[in-house]
Amino acid sequence: MAGKTLFEKIWDQHVVKTMPDGTVLLYIDRHLVHEVTSPQAFEGLRLAKRSVRRPDLSFATMDHNVPTTTVDRMTIRDPISAAQVEALRNNCKEFGINLFDLQSEHQGIVHIIGPEMGITVPGLTIVCGDSHTSTHGAFGTLAFGIGTSEVEHVLATQTLRQSTPKTFLVEYTGRLQKGVTSKDMILKLIGLIGTAGGTGYVIEYAGEAVRALSMEARMTICNMSIEGGARAGMIAPDDTTIEYVATGDRPFAPQGEALEQAIEYWRGLPSDADAKFDRTLTIEADKIAPQVTWGTNPGMVVDVTDCVPDPHSVPGHSVRDVEQALGYMGLTPGTPMTEIPLDTVFIGSCTNSRIEDLRKVASIIKGRRKADSVKVIVVPGSQQVRKQAEAEGIDKIFTDAGAEWRHAGCSMCLGMNPDQLTPGERCASTSNRNFEGRQGKGGRTHLVSPEMAAAALLEGHFVDIRTWEP
Amino acid sequence: MEPFSTHRGIIGTLDRANVDTDQIIPKQFLKSIKRTGFGESLFFDWRYGDDGKPNPEFELNQPHFQGASILVTRNNFGCGSSREHAVWAVAQYGFRAVIAPWQDRNGGTVPGFADIFRNNCVKNGILTIELSEPEVDQIFEFADRFKGLEASINLEEQRVVLHMDEEVGYHFEITPSVKEHLLRGLDDIALTLEYEPNISEFETQHITQLRS
Ligand code: SF4
Repeated sequence: MAGKTLFEKIWDQHVVKTMPDGTVLLYIDRHLVHEVTSPQAFEGLRLAKRSVRRPDLSFATMDHNVPTTTVDRMTIRDPISAAQVEALRNNCKEFGINLFDLQSEHQGIVHIIGPEMGITVPGLTIVCGDSHTSTHGAFGTLAFGIGTSEVEHVLATQTLRQSTPKTFLVEYTGRLQKGVTSKDMILKLIGLIGTAGGTGYVIEYAGEAVRALSMEARMTICNMSIEGGARAGMIAPDDTTIEYVATGDRPFAPQGEALEQAIEYWRGLPSDADAKFDRTLTIEADKIAPQVTWGTNPGMVVDVTDCVPDPHSVPGHSVRDVEQALGYMGLTPGTPMTEIPLDTVFIGSCTNSRIEDLRKVASIIKGRRKADSVKVIVVPGSQQVRKQAEAEGIDKIFTDAGAEWRHAGCSMCLGMNPDQLTPGERCASTSNRNFEGRQGKGGRTHLVSPEMAAAALLEGHFVDIRTWEP
Repeated sequence: MEPFSTHRGIIGTLDRANVDTDQIIPKQFLKSIKRTGFGESLFFDWRYGDDGKPNPEFELNQPHFQGASILVTRNNFGCGSSREHAVWAVAQYGFRAVIAPWQDRNGGTVPGFADIFRNNCVKNGILTIELSEPEVDQIFEFADRFKGLEASINLEEQRVVLHMDEEVGYHFEITPSVKEHLLRGLDDIALTLEYEPNISEFETQHITQLRS
């Protein structure tokens, strides 16, 4: 019998029952909840007079709507946003769910605080009404986004009905070049397979370049699995994972003897050598250049050394779609990516706003000033990240450089709060989506790594971080 | 949930690939805590001009697409954010079914719809139909040629028929569990709760590794 993949091991551990139609009832170990995709689910429970089966396995915070400036944070001016946040507060109270409210020192983007507090550990099933739940897969856990009806289903039953996805192994061989990051690894992959290339699959990322990454960098890769169409991305747990979980203040992670037992289970999770995947792809990590998106989906991406493409030369996209994207982005084919002038740099989002990301940016901009033409906002992923950064004096480096230093939230990643681009405004962003209007109606987004964003904020345009000297 | 068995209606076409849920319904409409009122905001940024009036350039605003209840579009519809608001908007605008092509790429097939979107559709009684690219191309062509073209969908028979002088029909595949679900308009939660004893028993054996 062939061995099992990491995914199969976790899946099999969580099957409550296989249904006659072949779907399975899958047990959910952690349910993360935020204010935007949950109100209708709680309302559904109330209407049907149902309760939350396992409030102890549900964790909530508010992140999408929250203002990130010190003045506005506690008093949300937009009445509709305020009502949504208030609804979450009331729902958590009514149903007995642990909420990390605005004044909590643990508030932050839901995908940042899960790992931070040890809610996310290896070998689990984790869901959230948010597509970037794939982030948590970095711990060797099966984590995926769900819709609001499914949120309600999990609240009521602690399970989901699922059909078995296919498996896809992406192996990154060799080591990354200096300045190249896990953000570039995932953008490269999406450029290769397209934004629908992973649909129906759970991706496992493996290989030397992946093993060498920190947990933060692994989360960046898994985070953007959904941008390649895959609901979940996973990385097998190893010493790096265990060290992350076992150190630091992680109030929800197993401790002592329970931790020892858990580690034993985690050690058995990596895919067996003879495990079979439905699809495999190998990428030479040492050949990856820094990536910059030029279009309106994350698959519209090139090396920083390339030019804005000709509409006839983009594989996987119709001429019409490319023309439309270039029109929206205000770009002319043939323009070198390094010559596109920027108006704004956004450092934040569940992709790249962890402490390591902020440290990297700080190390590049330390003692320097931003280009006069750009506005820079830095939004830490959680209040814990903010606190840590301030303890290290990183906030000072940002403000000295002319950047705005904010409180935790999703912020300009989707601009549901007041942080939005204006029409035509061009932004280098460390977030995950460059869709039309994503960061504000008419806003133009270029996705990059934090390192690339740091260099861009100093220069006012993109540079090849591998050869650039400040 | 309203069951889906057969439906006849006008086809509306949207000739764009990779339409993401941010486009289907932009973020400002996600602040609502209600489950209704999203139809007005479907495709908001494309559909309305800066003055708030319908944008005449936008395909679905053309007179012959008014009242359309079958949306025909391109590959990877509904990608991006998991927001179910996108499906609520599609449904409340009046669409009962969405047709998109699967694609052959690198020896594999790329589905017509993004995963989470398709799941959300099932929960709301919206039928997603995948046809081949040449078939979808053909529907685009006919819908352009015969203004106000209508189609009938029969879920039991897994067939779409275009009503023209000479009828043209297409067969589609669908996951049996999804078909059953839509035909019967099932309430998932009620169904799952029938397995409550299984869940309880599972919980006695299962370790969630949560520090208590
Ligand atoms: S940071 Fe952006 S992508 Fe992440 S959860 Fe918030 S809105 Fe979604």
